[in-house]
Amino acid sequence: MDTSRKFLLGFVAVLVVVPLLVQGSSYWLSVVINITVLSFLGLGVWLTFAIGRINIAQGAFALVGGYVTAILCTQFGWSFFIALPLSGLVAGAVGGLLGTAILRLRGVYFSMLTLCLTEAARLLALNWKDLTRGATGITGIPTPFQGDYAGLQTYFFDVLLLILGMQVVRRLMESRIGGIFRTIRSNEDLAASFGIPVARYRVLAFTLASFFGGIGGALLTINLQSIYPSSFTVVSSTNDMLYCFLGGLQSVIGPPLGAAVLFLGFQLLQVFGPWQSLVYAAAIIVTMLVLPNGLLSLMGLFPRRTKAAEVVR
Amino acid sequence: MVQIIINGLMLGATYTLIALGITLVFALMNVMNFAHGQLYVMGGFTVYYLYGEAHWPFPVALIAAAAVVGAIGFLLERFLFRSVLRRSKREETTMLLAVGTALLLDAVALAFFGEKQRGVPELVSGVIQWAGAFIPLRRLLTFAVAVVLGAGFLSFMTWTKPGRALRAMAQDREAAALHGVDLNRYGSLGFVLGAGLAGVAGALLVVTDSVNAGGGNVISIKAFIMIMIGGAGVVSGAIVGGFVLAFSESIGYAVIPGSMPYLIILTALIVYLIFRPTGILGKRWG
Repeated sequence: MDTSRKFLLGFVAVLVVVPLLVQGSSYWLSVVINITVLSFLGLGVWLTFAIGRINIAQGAFALVGGYVTAILCTQFGWSFFIALPLSGLVAGAVGGLLGTAILRLRGVYFSMLTLCLTEAARLLALNWKDLTRGATGITGIPTPFQGDYAGLQTYFFDVLLLILGMQVVRRLMESRIGGIFRTIRSNEDLAASFGIPVARYRVLAFTLASFFGGIGGALLTINLQSIYPSSFTVVSSTNDMLYCFLGGLQSVIGPPLGAAVLFLGFQLLQVFGPWQSLVYAAAIIVTMLVLPNGLLSLMGLFPRRTKAAEVVR
Repeated sequence: MVQIIINGLMLGATYTLIALGITLVFALMNVMNFAHGQLYVMGGFTVYYLYGEAHWPFPVALIAAAAVVGAIGFLLERFLFRSVLRRSKREETTMLLAVGTALLLDAVALAFFGEKQRGVPELVSGVIQWAGAFIPLRRLLTFAVAVVLGAGFLSFMTWTKPGRALRAMAQDREAAALHGVDLNRYGSLGFVLGAGLAGVAGALLVVTDSVNAGGGNVISIKAFIMIMIGGAGVVSGAIVGGFVLAFSESIGYAVIPGSMPYLIILTALIVYLIFRPTGILGKRWG
């Protein structure tokens, strides 16, 4: 059993035990549900980083996914379970189309443009009134989870999806495609000179990342039962990126870990009242300075039989 | 029509200051400062408190804004970016730090200044009517100040010794160091200047518009659009980008009100970057 599988098993255990701990408190249950969905969004950013791009557009794709679900569930009365995969597909398709164009940009250019993309998505949602109802938003979206155990049902559904998503990403990264992604990340020109169709692979990575964004956005939307153009903004995109980077890029555990620590941390910092955001931002900067490779690098403090090379990878 | 051109010109001068600041830091340190908009907001608030509340003379408040924001830039460079830049060769580390800094400054602004939109009393009142266009005097004044400051900055970069050192550093850090340029000192200076420019731009725009604590991201996005149009790290690119964006805005708002112009600008930007990934004057990056 390799390390990452052990991690994953431990992670599954945590996810199953957590609702037992928060039992009865709907506040804490909703916190855990949020962490789960945000991990999903972070996972998409992680996939884009697998090809060496820092993606600050996840909010845009979450918005796309959220609106697809909202419109299908309210105006057409479709079931959420059909709307959910469609949300992912639509977001993925949009991501693929945009990706072919914008993935030619590298480094900070790509990051800047993705940030602008998030803003563009918000403005589009605000102005496309026939479809999105503009600033009024779409409210009263029917949720498939009802009754006494709605919270737990939502939680387990979201957790299952997250584990599935992490498995898909992990398998992908272990496959030949994962190897190609890593090659592209370390040197795109070199990869191209080997005859790797770099453009195709980076669009693939970005499409998958957008798909994850769409699913995550749909889940958040159905949990809140409403969506507005400002539901996902530049700040959301930035946060999704921070989850992924502060968690760590070495393993797919990174985004969930980052999301858990950051989101939980922010909730706990409520004791600081108006200084909450300030302490939160300062803590993030300190973490960056002390653990530049993310929280996962703490694992390196307990070296066991794992090969150092594997941790670094 | 004349009105649109005049509006574009007036806005363009201040926008250019914003773009010059962010492009300077990028050229010198290879850091894309995601906190540039937040520095701008700090400049706006300095003027709001000193000129608007404490009734200091405006020129003093303007200099104070440059000094305060320059000092923030100095602290950021000295205590955050310098150590990270030295330790890490990966560009994403510094970019993340910049994003973190933006979060921090946003939080500082919110905690200290609150969420309210802040404006200052009119600096000069009155409107000139010329060729069928209305030019408020306060806009004309900020335009003049922005032009003077921009020209001053450019002559500093072109003709003085520190300016030459900064340009050398932007071209080739190692060669500059071999010629006796103290990289730490000039890195600091570059950051201070870049931040100061953002502060001055904020100080000028608070006179014509207003400032609020959450406005940083919007300005950062505008700064990114400008340097993506013109090309990052190039002075001429910053100027071109600043005026192109300002004219697009003034034309856009004249034709369609609301938030539609920015949607069109952003869409056009994406289409444009497909054909010119490095901007009009930018060098190939990466």
